[in-house]
Amino acid sequence: MSASVLPYTVKPHPVTGVYSGKLGTWLFLASEVMLFGAFFSTYVLLRVGAPTEGAAVWPTHEQTHLSWKIGGFNTLVLIISSVTMVLAWAQLKMNNFSKARLYLIVTFVLAGLFLVVKLTMEYYPKFEAGIRPSTNIFFAAYFVLTGLHALHIVGGMVVIGYFIGPGASLWKKDPEYFTNRIECTGLYWHFVDLVWIFLFPVLYLL
Amino acid sequence: MADSHADISKHVKLYIGVFAALAGLTIVTVLASQVDFSGPGHVVVALLIAGIKATLVAAVFMHLKWERSGWIWWPLVLCAFFFVVLMTLPTLVATESRDRAPAGTWDTIPVREAPAHSGGNAESGH
Repeated sequence: MSASVLPYTVKPHPVTGVYSGKLGTWLFLASEVMLFGAFFSTYVLLRVGAPTEGAAVWPTHEQTHLSWKIGGFNTLVLIISSVTMVLAWAQLKMNNFSKARLYLIVTFVLAGLFLVVKLTMEYYPKFEAGIRPSTNIFFAAYFVLTGLHALHIVGGMVVIGYFIGPGASLWKKDPEYFTNRIECTGLYWHFVDLVWIFLFPVLYLL
Repeated sequence: MADSHADISKHVKLYIGVFAALAGLTIVTVLASQVDFSGPGHVVVALLIAGIKATLVAAVFMHLKWERSGWIWWPLVLCAFFFVVLMTLPTLVATESRDRAPAGTWDTIPVREAPAHSGGNAESGH
């Protein structure tokens, strides 16, 4: 019995007009919008509903201990990683695998840089100072939102790392299929960037 | 989307242009946060800029600009609708009920002030 082959990984599905991996990725991202949307909605509810006076008033910027310089730096890191990700796909479309792989490596390194900054310059000093998610309602929201986002960064690194390493062999067997898989990885990665585009002003600036 | 070599080369130029716009808008976001807008003006401005940045990422990096399949667009339209509902509903409910919350509602939530630490926000400009 021959091994089963996934249909419509390269050619568009006759009904949907797109290859199946792309449709699946977009549907997954739609569910992700709802996941992050629920947490953003909770944040809005807590912030707008916080008392205007008394002990439970929403903390000021001085009390939240968040530096816009660190958040802004990480914003730029993620934006650059989004560009390198889409450039990797473009290089594959132009049949230039070695350049594409280089762009994937840069994306992977930038994702790692984001996490290192997040952990060493934001999370660690806060834990050292005794700040926990249980400290107050702001830090509960901050750690949940940024923690969930950081987990998505880790997930992205696993996938990108796979395509830099063992998954790269697919390029030799089926370059178009490999290119499509990188496009889907890129869709996910741009979504992670997109979430941070909203997290940065909401947590660090407003 | 079209994917000939020449088309992709054009796209690469567009990607670089969008990157420049995103970097510029990030700086604008920071600068705008330091302007003293009246009322909720700073929230509106910050979310407006974030919305423009998100649109650029979705349209160009995620290729929605070239996407023609309704199978992708319709779930996204539905998703956008429910996202707006998720964002609007708490605003309406919370502002309505804020001053009518039963006594002690917020007392169940820890409100300890965070201890000071060196990674603070002294230079935040706020």
